[in-house]
Amino acid sequence: MNNSFLTIAMPKGRIFEEAAELLRGAGFRLPPEFDDSRKLILDVEEENLRFILAKPMDVVTYVEHGVADIGIAGKDVMLEEERDVYELLDLKISACYLAVAGLPGTKISDIAPKIASKYPNVASSYFREQGEQVEIIKLNGSIELAPLIGLAERIVDIVSTGQTLKENGLVEYAKIADVTSRLVANPVSYRLKEARITEIVDRLAEIIG
Amino acid sequence: MTKPFMFEKPLGMRDTLPVFYETKVSARNKMSEEIKKWGYQFIETPALEYYETIGEASAILDQQLFKLLDSQGHTLVLRPDMTAPIARVAASKLLKQQIPLRLAYSANVYRAQQREGGRPAEFEQIGIECIGNKSISADAEMIALLADVLKAAGLMEFKISIGHIGFLQEFFLSILGTEERASILRKFLYEKNYVGFREHVKSLPLSSIDKQRLIEFTSLRGSEDTLKKALGLVENNKGQDSLAELKELAVQLKEFGIEQYVSFDLTLVSHMSYYTGTLFEVYAGQVGSPIGNGGRYDNLLEKFGWNASATGFAIRVDRLAEALGEPMQPTAPECILFSPERRLEAIEFARMKRSEGKRITIQDITVVQNVDAFTRTFSEVHLFVGNGGSGKDE
Repeated sequence: MNNSFLTIAMPKGRIFEEAAELLRGAGFRLPPEFDDSRKLILDVEEENLRFILAKPMDVVTYVEHGVADIGIAGKDVMLEEERDVYELLDLKISACYLAVAGLPGTKISDIAPKIASKYPNVASSYFREQGEQVEIIKLNGSIELAPLIGLAERIVDIVSTGQTLKENGLVEYAKIADVTSRLVANPVSYRLKEARITEIVDRLAEIIG
Repeated sequence: MTKPFMFEKPLGMRDTLPVFYETKVSARNKMSEEIKKWGYQFIETPALEYYETIGEASAILDQQLFKLLDSQGHTLVLRPDMTAPIARVAASKLLKQQIPLRLAYSANVYRAQQREGGRPAEFEQIGIECIGNKSISADAEMIALLADVLKAAGLMEFKISIGHIGFLQEFFLSILGTEERASILRKFLYEKNYVGFREHVKSLPLSSIDKQRLIEFTSLRGSEDTLKKALGLVENNKGQDSLAELKELAVQLKEFGIEQYVSFDLTLVSHMSYYTGTLFEVYAGQVGSPIGNGGRYDNLLEKFGWNASATGFAIRVDRLAEALGEPMQPTAPECILFSPERRLEAIEFARMKRSEGKRITIQDITVVQNVDAFTRTFSEVHLFVGNGGSGKDE
């Protein structure tokens, strides 16, 4: 049981390098072509591991459906998607936060204020908790554009350094939640391959400190 | 919504085509035979129930209920589980006759899907309820019967995780003091958010020893030794009774000879909020969700006006069929192709075959456009065509 075959869903893009570095640091022998490969599935036979490379937003979906046993996913995605997966470990990489931003010195209108975001669920529940009924406009990128050209009064987006906001003349109004990458597991895999997954959690926890 | 195309079905609704149907029926038959062998009696209840009774008692989220109105304006629900309807029948009718009561069901239940595909909104459950039986031997019977039923269905590898919601509750309350605080931690477990659980524990105004106890609680999973580890964490006898129950349960499961299938997981919480004691989930490889679950619910029958303890389990037949792997190919029936002048002969031949227990189709050949394609779907073809002798096998 201790060496059961495991499929790990990895996020492509921004988080990938840090995640791969973390795994190497924990003693996993990842293939050298790992970082610049265009392949979507990579097997590491000597470790009895398979890596699949997915869009960061999709990692939890693969894990929830059980086609990947574990995965590395941003807390932002988990808040947005509310998938049925175990959140086992805070990997403390790719730190950033979700925030509300807009043009400086503006107020949101009383009637049906518009909020643009890549995270419609997070945005909607945040404003509901603030006692505001808002209308959400779903965008897929360059969210900062929305208040600049009058599509929305506020945006809800990921902020890491604040540089993008600054360069576009936007200011932050409120912080919603801190975001780091998490190790997630499928509920059944976590039970059936418990020994192996726990071992990986322990190895990663040790180097994260 | 745009007008649906003719081939479309509502979200989450599925057709069952012959091959999967056969797999399901064969698994269901084997399971219900086994359940009957343990002396359980099958019953049926209606698909529609009142929202105010079954809907409220069922512990399925409100937004997952299919609701509709009857002609008098009452809100109805398509039953989202079978435990609540059976509690209703038991409390209002059957319990007056005998206690304990052993009932079984095999029925479709309905849970609306909010987001996307991949999960059915209508699925079959086969399960049992043992009502008016407070003993640990009833809990053991559930788990032993569950294991036997799965084996009867042909599933050889599975794992049953057993927890105890009473232990979890007492343990949290003894450290945290109030139900409000305990419910926050329970929610983290329910959401499977261990990171959030640990962060929340760190933020609580507790002694470092108590914090450590709560953190160690999350690793209470594994063999029977887990119960000993759990005993080390409790203080002031809180939770000891529940642990003693689990210990006794472990002894009885050994007597049933099924200890290789079970493990303990004291962090287990269920979306079914009516559980009060032992609860369990069963997993099989290749299926990303539990194939069944169950537990003790000692307060549900009270809602229907009868105070009785109860325990039971339900197996998801669709997920079980998935866990069984390759669907079995049903053997094709035989076929008679006849021309109109020899129809009587064909009918008599078919009757003879059927009396032997064979499955046989009769088909007028003059309307079959592609004889080769048609006959390919049968195991054997008998031709009664043209003038002349008896049926000839192709």
